[in-house]
Amino acid sequence: MSAPTSSLSSAHRGTLRDGFRVLGVAIRREPGIFTLSTLGSLLFGALTVADAWVLGWSTDHVVLPAFDTGDVWPGGLLVIVALFVGVALLRAVGIVARRLGAGVMQYRMQAHYRRDVTRQYLRLPMSWHQRHPTGQLLSNANSDVEAAWAPIAPLPMAVGTVAMMVIAIGQMLFTDLVLAVVGLLVFPVVIVVNIVFQRLQSPLMTRAQALRAELSEVAHESFDGALVVKSLGREAEETDRFARKAQQLRDVNVQAGRIRAAFDPLLEALPSIGVLLVLIVGVVRVRDGLTDPGNVVTIGYLLTIVAFPIRSLGWLVGEFPRSVVGFGRVQKVLDATGEMAYGDRRLSPSGEGARLDVRRVAYRYDGGQDLLTDVTFEVEPGRTVAVVGATASGKSTLTSLLMRLVDPDDGRVLLDGTDLRDLAAGALAEHVALVPQQAFLFDDSVRGNVTLGADVPDEEVWAALRTAQADGFVAALANGLDTTLGERGTSLSGGQRQRLSLARALVRHPRLLVMDDATSAVDPEVEARILAALRTGTASGTVVVVAYRKATIALADSVVFLQDGHVDDQGTHAELLARNPAYADLVNAYEQEPQPEAAP
Amino acid sequence: MSLQTAGEETPALRTIRRGVELSPELKQGIGLTLFFAVLATIGRIVVPVSVQQVLDKGVAAPGGPDVRFTVGVTAIAAVAIVVTGLASYKMTYRLFSSAETGLATLRTKAFRHVHDLPLLTQNTERRGALVSRVTSDVDQVSQFLIFGGIISIVSVGQVAIATVVMAIYSWQLTIVVWVCFLPLFLSLRFFQRRLSAAYGIVRQQVGVMLSKISEPVVGAATVRSYAIEERTQDRIDTAIDRYKEASTRAQGLTAFSFSLGGVSAGLANAGVLVFGVLLGVDDQITAGKVLAFAFLVSLFVGPVQIGTQVLTDAQNAIAGWRRVIGILDTPADVVDPGASGTPLPHRSVRISFEDITFAYPGGPSVLRDIDLVIEPNTRVAVVGETGSGKTTLAKLLTRLMDPSEGVVRLDGVDLREVPFTSLRERVVLVPQEGFLFDATLRANALYGKLDATDDDILRAVGELGLADWLDTLPRGLDTRVGQRGESLSAGERQLVALVRAHLADPDLLVLDEATSAVDPALEMRIGRALEQLQRGRTSVTIAHRLSTAENADEVVVVDQGRIVQRGPHARLVAEGGVYGRLHASWVAQQSLR
Repeated sequence: MSAPTSSLSSAHRGTLRDGFRVLGVAIRREPGIFTLSTLGSLLFGALTVADAWVLGWSTDHVVLPAFDTGDVWPGGLLVIVALFVGVALLRAVGIVARRLGAGVMQYRMQAHYRRDVTRQYLRLPMSWHQRHPTGQLLSNANSDVEAAWAPIAPLPMAVGTVAMMVIAIGQMLFTDLVLAVVGLLVFPVVIVVNIVFQRLQSPLMTRAQALRAELSEVAHESFDGALVVKSLGREAEETDRFARKAQQLRDVNVQAGRIRAAFDPLLEALPSIGVLLVLIVGVVRVRDGLTDPGNVVTIGYLLTIVAFPIRSLGWLVGEFPRSVVGFGRVQKVLDATGEMAYGDRRLSPSGEGARLDVRRVAYRYDGGQDLLTDVTFEVEPGRTVAVVGATASGKSTLTSLLMRLVDPDDGRVLLDGTDLRDLAAGALAEHVALVPQQAFLFDDSVRGNVTLGADVPDEEVWAALRTAQADGFVAALANGLDTTLGERGTSLSGGQRQRLSLARALVRHPRLLVMDDATSAVDPEVEARILAALRTGTASGTVVVVAYRKATIALADSVVFLQDGHVDDQGTHAELLARNPAYADLVNAYEQEPQPEAAP
Repeated sequence: MSLQTAGEETPALRTIRRGVELSPELKQGIGLTLFFAVLATIGRIVVPVSVQQVLDKGVAAPGGPDVRFTVGVTAIAAVAIVVTGLASYKMTYRLFSSAETGLATLRTKAFRHVHDLPLLTQNTERRGALVSRVTSDVDQVSQFLIFGGIISIVSVGQVAIATVVMAIYSWQLTIVVWVCFLPLFLSLRFFQRRLSAAYGIVRQQVGVMLSKISEPVVGAATVRSYAIEERTQDRIDTAIDRYKEASTRAQGLTAFSFSLGGVSAGLANAGVLVFGVLLGVDDQITAGKVLAFAFLVSLFVGPVQIGTQVLTDAQNAIAGWRRVIGILDTPADVVDPGASGTPLPHRSVRISFEDITFAYPGGPSVLRDIDLVIEPNTRVAVVGETGSGKTTLAKLLTRLMDPSEGVVRLDGVDLREVPFTSLRERVVLVPQEGFLFDATLRANALYGKLDATDDDILRAVGELGLADWLDTLPRGLDTRVGQRGESLSAGERQLVALVRAHLADPDLLVLDEATSAVDPALEMRIGRALEQLQRGRTSVTIAHRLSTAENADEVVVVDQGRIVQRGPHARLVAEGGVYGRLHASWVAQQSLR
């Protein structure tokens, strides 16, 4: 018996300790509901034992006397009914309190931590987000939170089981010391068998979970690439790839099944063997006049009803490894620091465009790689500047700096002469709007996606949609402005998403509009219309636009040409075209194409 | 074209029959498994019967308690426990093995069939749903077949055998027990329906919550740009609370229905003892038998407590099974003629569209009256506004879909009569988005030609003029491209797709060309590679930029589902019309004063 116990490695014991520590966090946070569900569980445990006691009492005081004497004690029958029904009803109350309490505690802890984690996501700076993969952050808030609090579900049951075992053992000892000792041999064996079972089973469960994820990845990828698979006729090879994973999953599941198949009957047989032992010793003791038949019944019954719930201890401990890992991941998010600091200044509202000054700005990626060095340019109120550069020249980083999604490592960004870092939280968004390359839509109506909760009359929403050339398709949606979008609603094409994202910026009449290649997925013709509308619509606003297309560049009063993170040149398009060969190469790429004889 | 949906639900029994038909492994050896199940269930009554025997014949034996008899009974009981335990092991293992094997087969069949469904390429929104059909839906069936299977067999057997033993002891007391439990058995369905509804709401709220929680992560930049942190948090909090409330309601219902089993057991025990005593006084029953009833009653509690759960699992599993079967029973719209078809000879292809009309089922026609002949070795560009039907033309040509009316012929052979093996070898589509698999560059290139050597790949790269690009990748062909190829830029992904197409060496190349997110220098590189690729073959390009049309031998202009103009670029520009308009807006964008 001591062999499996001593083989608990220190790592395993560490998990056990950490698992209880995580549970301690939950108990301290929700002491009331924990107490309630534990009391429910204790009530249940005590009454389960009481049930056996009622049976034994009835046997000795009512059933056997009646059989022996042939006389029925009517009061005794009433007591039996009252005892059994009373115990059963109270036990039902215990069950409801235990299960509902455990559920409520678990859901509350999940809710607390999901709130805390998402609050942290909103508080931490963009640079932190860029360092962490999206998938990881989503699973921190979802599956990690769930795993962390999974042991709460079996917790009250386990506490109740321990209490029930103590009571049962006490009652057994009190009823008949010798029979109790015989019966008690069963408990440690059941506990050890449970532990061995958990330790054999849990690595297989983890492996099966991982394989399920891999299987799903293969299916996702294969269906995503369906066009490639189909057009190259590679269905058979893809099916092989999937079948291999499906087979691996099957093998692990069957292996886990074999272990379960072996342990389930074993765990059921142990208490039965215990009862048989009690019967033999009991008959001997009844013969010798050392005990009553009722005591034999009581102890036998106690063994059968208490041995089964011992499993709940196994369930509890079995959840610990996932719980500890999940809690650790969540805690890491909650412990993260680096909130962006804000000043207290606000810019005075005005109908005029804002004045933008970028002074000797440098920005390094986390690892130390320079993305921008010594970038200086200014934009007069109401002017439009195009930022032009090859892929990875630092254009998107520059737009992030203008919106203060990140702060420069060196230099300053000034809006109307005020350093962005001196502005109060939220003050910048009142004057500047960024339209990113990848439009993001909220799980909300079209109106909600454009206004973002601001109180804007529908006419103004439609006006913004019109400028963004989005009014046509929005009007065609089933519920117009009230149509739900996003993951769970109507889905839009990339170009439509970009146009909504643009309308979202325009409806605010920003004094500085920053567009990061924001019309890349829009048809050239539609883009031309957007640009035309923009020209007339935001005549007063200042615009910074990242662009490839000449038509977009044509909108600008001047051009900032970025190369490898620094300003290679700035001036009007014509000036740059004339004096900067690199610039000319980049923007004239289309015209350098070998022209067919039929070219106009 | 749509999959079987909830509206046209097949009855549960037919679903199960069809499911077993699709996974014959489920049926194999089921007789033996059931035999083991019956044996295993008998194990549950060993203890109550021993208690009764010992009390009646051991303790109350004439002449004092009989130890020898007791030892005999317990020895037999111990052997019975071991034997039934072994039977239980065999039963569980056999169930696991046959269910998992059968479902692995079902999964794989369904996966293969999904690739034949037009849905996959036409409705990208539904891909997630298709994935869950071959993953979680099947898992649900497996969970139920194994655990639900074990639990239902054992539960039903347990109740049945307990009833039989009870009836042997005393039919009167058996009736008492059944009167106490019957209402509960009858209400299982009722509770199960309420529980299903409650958990349905929970699932829905999970979906809403997950989507709201993703907003501060996926939309991190947008939330900050518009300083809407508070509003975002409020929306998340509301969703979290709704989920918590829905879960709590469902949990309350579960706890309540679970607690009823114990109440019935209490009633039954009281009834058994009271009526047992009354019967015993008349010498109709022994004390041992009355007490054995208390043990036998406890065999009823488990099945009642988990009954609602098993019914819910069964319902979910049958729904999951129905969805997987729905996939397999959805006919592929495009059917492979296989060996009975006419393979195409290996040479540059002549294409003819004869009187083609295409409409999605229930929708307006996307293409109308298309008549078009493309001679071998010509480069044709198809232009038109978004939604004009030009992409549909490409899909018909590569037989991703069949026309509603009319015939597409390659070298005079109806496309529907060309076996897929021949078709996919001769006709290759390079889709708009260069999709790559999460593997090395080499593995991705091999999709074009399975037995290509590194030399073949390098030659293809060289011929496309991409050797210096490959040199910029530190690990060359061993470069891992990441999920969906996202470690490479959008333009580079297209380059790999072109290498793949070059290795496939088709006679007809269909290009859906879009290079929106690519910088001009890379776009030019792609353009040059494309030209290399088109050499010596017939090619049809769905052109998004008119520069492609300028280079083509012939331009076909599609407008509102019809071909409105065709001819060389220069002539069409002179003609004006739709092409003239497209061209004017293109020129306006490209040139500056």
